[in-house]
Amino acid sequence: MKQHTLNIRASALALASMTLLAGCSTTQPEADSVTITPPLRQYIPQEGQVRLIEVDDSFEGWNRGTYKFNYGFDKYVFLPVVRTYQAIFPDYAEDRISSFFSNFGEVTNFYNNALQFKWKSTGTTLTRFTVNTTVGVLGFWDPASHWEINEQPADMGQTFAHWGADKGSYLMLPIAGPSNVRDGFGTAGDIAVNSFVGPATWWDNDAYYWTVTVMNPIDRRSQVGFRYYETGSPFEYELIRMLHGMKREMDIQK
Amino acid sequence: MNHTVSSIIPRILRMNRTLIICSLALLASIGSAPAESSSQQASPYFYPFVNPYEATVIPLPIAYQAKLPDEVDSKEFKLKVFPDRETPEVFWYQDGLKCSLAKQDKQAPLIFVVAGTGASYKSANMLSLGKIFFQAGFHVIRISSPTHMNFIVNATSGMPGNTPEDAEDLYRVMIQADAYAREKKTDISGYALTGYSLGGIESAFISKLDEERGAFNFDRVLLINPPADVYQSITILDNLLVDNIPGGADNFTPWFKEALQKLTAQASTIDDLTFSGDSIYKLYRYYPPREDFLQALIGLAFRMHSADLVFTTDVMNGGGYIVPKGLELSARSSLTNYAMTSYHTSFVNYFDEWFFPFYKNQEPGLTKEAIIKRCSLYELENYLRTSDKIGLMHNEDDVIMAPGDIDYLKSVFGDRANIFPTGGHCGNISHPDVANYMVNFLTNKEVVK
Repeated sequence: MKQHTLNIRASALALASMTLLAGCSTTQPEADSVTITPPLRQYIPQEGQVRLIEVDDSFEGWNRGTYKFNYGFDKYVFLPVVRTYQAIFPDYAEDRISSFFSNFGEVTNFYNNALQFKWKSTGTTLTRFTVNTTVGVLGFWDPASHWEINEQPADMGQTFAHWGADKGSYLMLPIAGPSNVRDGFGTAGDIAVNSFVGPATWWDNDAYYWTVTVMNPIDRRSQVGFRYYETGSPFEYELIRMLHGMKREMDIQK
Repeated sequence: MNHTVSSIIPRILRMNRTLIICSLALLASIGSAPAESSSQQASPYFYPFVNPYEATVIPLPIAYQAKLPDEVDSKEFKLKVFPDRETPEVFWYQDGLKCSLAKQDKQAPLIFVVAGTGASYKSANMLSLGKIFFQAGFHVIRISSPTHMNFIVNATSGMPGNTPEDAEDLYRVMIQADAYAREKKTDISGYALTGYSLGGIESAFISKLDEERGAFNFDRVLLINPPADVYQSITILDNLLVDNIPGGADNFTPWFKEALQKLTAQASTIDDLTFSGDSIYKLYRYYPPREDFLQALIGLAFRMHSADLVFTTDVMNGGGYIVPKGLELSARSSLTNYAMTSYHTSFVNYFDEWFFPFYKNQEPGLTKEAIIKRCSLYELENYLRTSDKIGLMHNEDDVIMAPGDIDYLKSVFGDRANIFPTGGHCGNISHPDVANYMVNFLTNKEVVK
C-alpha cells in the first residue's frame, strides 16, 4: 500500500510540475502599435464546408506552450536518456524489454475492453497475457502475436467515449503529447488504476518498482522516431492536431 | 493510452508488411530474384514499375535496390549562415541550417548533394544518395533544398524559387560547409556536385557560378532528374492535384478526409501521424494503384511542400501575402487560418501573385516570360552544351517533364546524358544501374551505356 500511495503521489507531482513548467514557458507577447495591413490572399471557406484543419482547440495558447515545453524536455532530458539506454543495450535486449513492457500493457487493455463490454477482445487480451507470460517467459517474447492472438488496444479515454463522453477540446499533455480533455482524464484514470493494481505493484520490492516505473517510458520513447519540429512544416502543430483527432475517432469506432 | 508519445507500442513494423508482400509478389512474377549488382550491369535495365506514377510514388522494393550500407556514419552540423539575422519568434525552433557530413578516413573527393523541392538533407532520396556516394569513396555533404523551411529561415537571401538566387544561397552555404568539413580535418582531394529534381537544376547554376568564383573548381557535376523549365514543371505538379481529385476540385476535402482516415485507421504511433511533403506518398498503401489517385498524391505532396514554402517565405519577408503585414506571430499564435490559406494556394498562385510582382518591383521592365526563362536550364544552354564536366541522369517517363523536354536535354547534353526508359520522377535513384552510372560519371570513369 505504501508503494501505491507513492506511485500516485509521484504521478500527481510529476503532472503538476510539468503543467507548471509548461505554463511558465508561455508568456503572452505584448501588443505593439505597428500598423497591420490585411494580407493579399485569404481563404474564406464557403458556409457549411468541412474544414479539416480546424479542430476545437480552446486551450491553444497553453497547448502550443506545452508543445514547446515537450520539445525542450525531449531534447534535453528524454532523448539523452533514451540514447544512453540504446547505447547500453543491444537491439535484441531492447526488443525483449519492449515485449516485457508491452505485456504489462495488457492489464490496461484488459480492464478497458471489459469496461466497454467487448468480451471477445477482453478474452483475447487475457489469452495473450497468459500465453506471453508463460510461453513467452514473463512477456520477454511475444508468441501470442506469432499465433495471431493479436493485441486489442484499449484505454480509458476510449472507455469514456464508449460511455458517451464528448472528447472536449484538444489538449497537449506535458511529455505525453497530443490528447483531448476526455482522453486527458482517461490518462489520469489509467495511471491511477495502474498505481493500485498495475504490474509495478505486483512485487513488494523497491528496486523492481523503480525499474518498472522508470524503464517503461524510456522503452516506449525509444520505439518512436518522432522528433518535435523536425517535419519541416511550419504547420506541424496543426497537422498533428488534425490527424490525432481523426485517429482517435477511428480508435473509438473500432 | 496508446496514442501518446510516451505510451506508444512498437507496432509500426507491421505497416511494412504490405510492402514486403508486394515485393515478394513482384519477385515471384518475374520468376526469380534479380541478380546481384555486378551481373545487372551486363543485363538490360529493368525497372519493376512501368507506370511512371507508380515509379514515382511507390518505393523501389529492396530486392531491386543497389547494395548499400544500412547506415553511413555521418555527423549533423548547423550553420549560422547570416549570424546577425533575427529569427521571427514563430520560428523560434529554427536555430541554424542543418546539414550532414559523412567523412572518409583517408583523402578523398568531397561531393555536395542538394535536395529536391521541399526536401531536407535527410529525406529518403538524400539518404540513398549519401550512401551511394560514400560507398563510392566520397566525403559527402548533404544540404536541404532552398525551398525547405529550415533553409528559408536560415539561409535564403530573397524569395525561394528564383533559381539563380537559390544557387547563390547554396553556394554561400557550401563555402561554409566546406570550412566546417576542413575544420573537422576532412582530407579533401577535389570537389564534385550533384542534386536531384530542383536540386539538379540548382546544381547547374552553382556550377556556372563556380566557374566565375572558383571556390571549388568542381571536377564533375551531375544533374539528376532536373526540370528543364521550373515554371512548366510546377504547373504540371499543381495540375496533378487539381485534375485528379475524384469529383473535381470542389470535392477535395471529402477526398482528403477519406485518404487521411485510411492512414489514421492504420496508425499506431505518432510517427505514422507526422507527415508533410513526400511522406504523404505513404497513402498509396491503402488504395489500389489507380493512376488518377497516384497523380493526385504527387500533386498533394507538392502542394504541401509549396504551402510550407509560401507561408515561411511570407513570414521571413515581413508578411503581406498570407500573413498580415506588420503582424508579429509568436510561439503561441494560432496558425490555423494561415495553414488553410496556404494549402489553398498553388505554387503558380504564389509565382503569379507574389513572386513575380516582387521581382518586377525591383526591375520594372521585367516580363513573366523573362523571369521564367531566367530560372530554367534554357538560360544556361550554351554553358551546358560546352561544359564537359556536367552530366545528366534522367528518365524518359519523368512525370514533371513537358513533351519535348527530354529531347531538348538530350540535344544539349549529347553523350553526357544518360536517359533511362523508366523510373518516373526520381523513383529509380537507388536502382543499381542508376547508382553505377552516377558513380562512374562522378568519378570520371568510362560510362558503359
